[in-house]
This record gives sequence, structure tokens and C-alpha cells, in this order.
Amino acid sequence: MKKCMVLMIAILLCLTPFATAQQKVIKIGATLAVTGVASTLGDPEKKTLEMLTEELNSKGGVKGWKIEMIIYDNEGDPTKAVTTLKRLITKDGVKAVIGPSRTPDALAMIPVIEETKIPMLALVAGAPVVHPVKKWVFSTAQPNDIVIEKIASYLKDRRMNRVAIIYSADAFGEDGYKVLKNVAPKYGLELVAVESFQSKDTDMTTQLSKIKVQNPHAVLCWAVGPPTVIVMKNFKQLGMDKTMKLIQSHGVANKKIFQLAGEAGEGVLLPSGKILIAEQLSDRDPQKAALVKYKKDYESRFKEPVSTFGGHAYDAFWMLVKALERTDTDNPERLRDEIEKNTVNFYGTGGVFTYSPTDHNGLKAKDLVMIEWRNGDWRLIE
Amino acid sequence: MFEIILQAILSGITVGSIYGLIGLGFNIIYNASYIINFAQGEFVMLGGMIAATTFNVFKINPIYTLIISTTIVTLIGALIERMAIQPVRHADVSVLVIITIGASIFIRGISMLIWGKDPYILPPFTSSEPIIIKNAAINPQSLWIIGTTIVVVIFLQFFFKKTITGKAMRAVADNKKAASLMGIKIERILLISFGFSGALGSIAGIIITPITLTTYDIGIIFGLKGFSAAILGGIGNSFGALIGGLLLGILECLAAALVSSGYKDAVAFLILLLVLFIKPSGILGKGLIEKV
Repeated sequence: MKKCMVLMIAILLCLTPFATAQQKVIKIGATLAVTGVASTLGDPEKKTLEMLTEELNSKGGVKGWKIEMIIYDNEGDPTKAVTTLKRLITKDGVKAVIGPSRTPDALAMIPVIEETKIPMLALVAGAPVVHPVKKWVFSTAQPNDIVIEKIASYLKDRRMNRVAIIYSADAFGEDGYKVLKNVAPKYGLELVAVESFQSKDTDMTTQLSKIKVQNPHAVLCWAVGPPTVIVMKNFKQLGMDKTMKLIQSHGVANKKIFQLAGEAGEGVLLPSGKILIAEQLSDRDPQKAALVKYKKDYESRFKEPVSTFGGHAYDAFWMLVKALERTDTDNPERLRDEIEKNTVNFYGTGGVFTYSPTDHNGLKAKDLVMIEWRNGDWRLIE
Repeated sequence: MFEIILQAILSGITVGSIYGLIGLGFNIIYNASYIINFAQGEFVMLGGMIAATTFNVFKINPIYTLIISTTIVTLIGALIERMAIQPVRHADVSVLVIITIGASIFIRGISMLIWGKDPYILPPFTSSEPIIIKNAAINPQSLWIIGTTIVVVIFLQFFFKKTITGKAMRAVADNKKAASLMGIKIERILLISFGFSGALGSIAGIIITPITLTTYDIGIIFGLKGFSAAILGGIGNSFGALIGGLLLGILECLAAALVSSGYKDAVAFLILLLVLFIKPSGILGKGLIEKV
């Protein structure tokens, strides 16, 4: 037994120097809301990162670099996001950070990132994360202002200029309302009714009936989770689906939600990245090939529908790997400069990214599509 | 305007009867022990969750679903009484109330592990076509809720006033020592009351899930609103819970219609506070006379 141990240690000692000499390793850290309130975001993000790392390493990495991906669960809690971030930087010595999943977590992490000078690719949509631009922080998710501009231009093209909004009284919903208020006049839209609800409310017919008497062409619903289902059901119950369109936010781009709504979900519109309808894109679309491959890989491996959230992690991962490939260094500062300077027309799942010193989100309204829920699946409209 | 107010009242009746039905569950345990069971909302959640699972996953007939789910939640209610309340039954009522809060957090945590954070739903019992009254709509499922609430109220009135077990429960709440001297088994009464309110919570959960959906944490808000309904109507009084629930629901919806949807809870709870200032025992409650 003892002999065996000695032998094993000897072998290990022989192997290690070789391994490090032949293979350069870059450590990348991720802190995500794998469990907790935002697990529907963090879970596919984690799965995507693991899948991509494994795939890349099995192909021998990039330019001789192997990726070591260290993922921590921050439970969607800003305090834990900061603790895990500090651990990634000081203990694990990562050279770049992917995540977090939620805006409040990102805002808490920014001071640490700026102090330690490690680039962070956040998977969040909150405007304060990248407006104003923070030197070390990038984002790969579509913020409310771009999404609402997409909806506004869609409505303008169809001359549906009377608009109403019903939103949940929380950070996401209120931000949506504020953005719509600013964007609407630019597209000649008239905001005819504004209603809100609490995120745990169980009936929205009163608010919807107030909207109904104003006779808008379209009603935006800015919320996430179960109340969005209740809004769809109440909307149909009041017969509003006959004369106006319901438009949900990108926050409910989730098949489960629409399956719960059943019949009431039919014909509801929503803006989304192209990943959900990858197969329906025209073959000339430059994003299509990558989107279809990611979707197929993810769905066959994890046996669950792909989501836009995993897509944000996909985009962050590849932007970082591309920068690594071009610079051939794991120096955080040079990686950051490379990401900012040379992420030009990067074809991701969220859109075509072009970063610059004044734009760390890099997306435009045209990167989104409007999709409709029909017969149990998404249908591309525009 | 008329249309909006009519719709607000109809919506208020829908949510109000939900609050009332949940509020009734609080009364049973209260009538047997003066304990406010803060895990009542979790019983409602469990009822909806178990029914949704048996119905959607195992494709079992709705009637069996109802029986299975109610049986399980009844047992859970009884189990909580055995494990958490019984060992410390001689403690002060306030201690026991805090234990029920602990139980509610425990149930919520376990449910999150079992069902995750996704919402679940049950199909409506009858048609999902709304009933239209002068341009305002009401969901047929609401009628089921109102009907069930009325039946339960009548049943509970009968149970507490006429049956031996019901009378024994009230006796135990009033004076444990005297009741036990009269030959009432206090442990059994407590056990029955927890099981009974578990069953009632489960039925409430099953009936309201087609309208509200259910998630692991929905018990918090259901518990809070049901409790408010019970207090507003006069705790311990079954008819009061129904009145309190309807009043609270209609106030909320009228506040959303006439003031602003952002202030609806604030307005409703302000009125609740005012009512309790004027009549602390609730609308139908009899003042508790404490003999020193």
C-alpha cells in the first residue's frame, strides 16, 4: 500500500511540470444566480459555460490556451455576489469574470471590479450597469431601452399609435414604464393608459378594464413570472384580444410561461433575441449558423429548451475567447482593451455586438425580432 | 366609468372570496386553541401544488386528485401538530404562534426543493369562457370559489355549534384545564384542528389555483390576506371571514379603479386599520372577555 502511494506521488511529480510546460491555462471566473430567485437565468448560464468550456478544451483550446472555468453560485444575492467575486479574484486568481445574472448583483460588484482591474462581462440588462460606461464592465444582455425601441418602431410601422402599459411595481417594471414614456414621443406614440400591480397580485381585471375603456391599439405588459400569465388570462377574459394586441416583455421569453397561459397566450407578441426562432431565420442571416448550432447542442445535451439567458453567457464566453485568441495573453488589462477595441460585428445570440469606448453594450434595436406565440411555439413576425 | 366600477366589484368578489376561503382556515385552529396558524398560507400552497402535480404529471382524474391532495395536506397538518406543537403544548400561545411561523418557513423551503421556482396551474373546473354582465366579465371559476366558501361557512357554523367535537374544540380554547377535567382529550382536539385546517387549506388551494396559479412562495401573500380577512370579519367567526374577505377584496379593486393601482393595497389596509380602531374585535367579532 505504502509502495503504491509512493509510486503514485512519484508519477504525479513527474507529470506536473510537463503539463504546465506544454499547456498554458487561463482562469476565468463566473458568479451566477444558479439557485435562488433568478435561477431561471443563472441555471442555463452555468450549463452553457460548462458546455462551451468542455467543447473548446476537448478541441485543444485556443492557441495553446486551455480554459479553466470556475463557477460559483451567488443565489441572486448582491452580498454573495461580492463575496464570490472577491474569492474568484484573490483566491483563485482569475483573469476575467463572466456574470452576474442580475442587475442589483452587478451594481454591487462594480466597485470591486474597478479596484482590482479585472474585466467583467455582465449578463444583465439594467441600464445603470453600462450607462455611464464603466471602464472594466461590459454587458451582453439587451437593455430595456433597446427592447422598447424595437417595440415602438414595430408599432409605428403598423400605425398602432395608441399604446397602454401595465407593469409590476418593481425595478424591472418601473424601468420599462420610464423608458416607454421617453421613447413613445420619438415614434409618435400616444401613451393613453398607465396601470401597475404588485408582483404577487392574483387578479388584474380592474386595471385592464381601465385600459380597455381607453381603446389602445397595443398593451405592453412589463413584468416577469406568474403575474404575466394572469395578465394574459384576464386580457382574454375581458375580450380585449379581439380589438387590441398584447405585447409582453423579453423577460417572459420562456415557453413554460406560455404553456401555463394556454389559450390566452395565443397571438401574444414579444420582442426577443434571435435564438428562440433560430431555425426560422433566413439562410442569409449571418447569425443563423452559430445560433442553430448552439441551440441544437444545448437542447440535445440538457434536454430542455434553449433560453435567451444561456445565450448571454454564450456571447460573453466567445467574446472573451476571441480576445484571448488575438492577444495571446492572460493579462487582464490587455484582454479588456482588446474586448473594447476589437469586438466589432461579433455575431452573438443576442445580436451583432460592436463595443467602443463609449458603448459597452454594443447592441442595437435591429438585433431584436418580434415573435408571436402560436400553437405551442414561437413564430417569427419581423 | 360605470363599466370600470362594475368590473372592480366583480373582480373584488373574486379575490375577496379567495381571501375569505383562506381566512376560514385560520378560524379552525383559533377556535380550538387561540393559536393563529401562520402556516395556513402554506397549506393552501401545498394543496395547489400537490393537486397540480398529481393532475399534470400523473394524469389522475380530478376527483382523485382532490382526494389525494387533501389527504396529504391533512396528514402534513397533523404531523406539524405532533412534531412541533405537541412537545411544547404547555407554552404560551405566543410561543406556539412563533412555532407556526417556523413551520411555514420550513414548508416553503422544502417545497422549493421539490417543485423548484416555476409556477404551476390547474385547468378550471368548468368552462373557461367568462360570464359577461354589461361589458364586465367574471370567471366561472370564481363562482366555484364563492359557492365552496358559502358551503364551508355553513358547515363550520354547524360543526362548532352542534357537533360534540366542535363544542369540545371551543371548550378547549376557552379553558384547557376545565375542558380536560370534563374528560376532553386536549391533545386529540389540537391534532384534529390542525388536520382539519390542513384539509380546508388544501381544498382552498385546489379551487383557487386555476385563477391564481401557484408557486412555492405564494403562501406568504395568501396567508397575509386570509389572515386580514379573518381579523376584519372577527376572528373565530366563520361568517365573519367571508364578509371580511369580500370587503377586503372589493376595497382593493375599487381603490385600484378609483384611486390608483399603485395604492390599492395601501388604501385597502388603511380602511382595515380604521375598522379595527373603531371595532377591535372585527365586524362580527364578539369582544373577548377576560376574567381576572
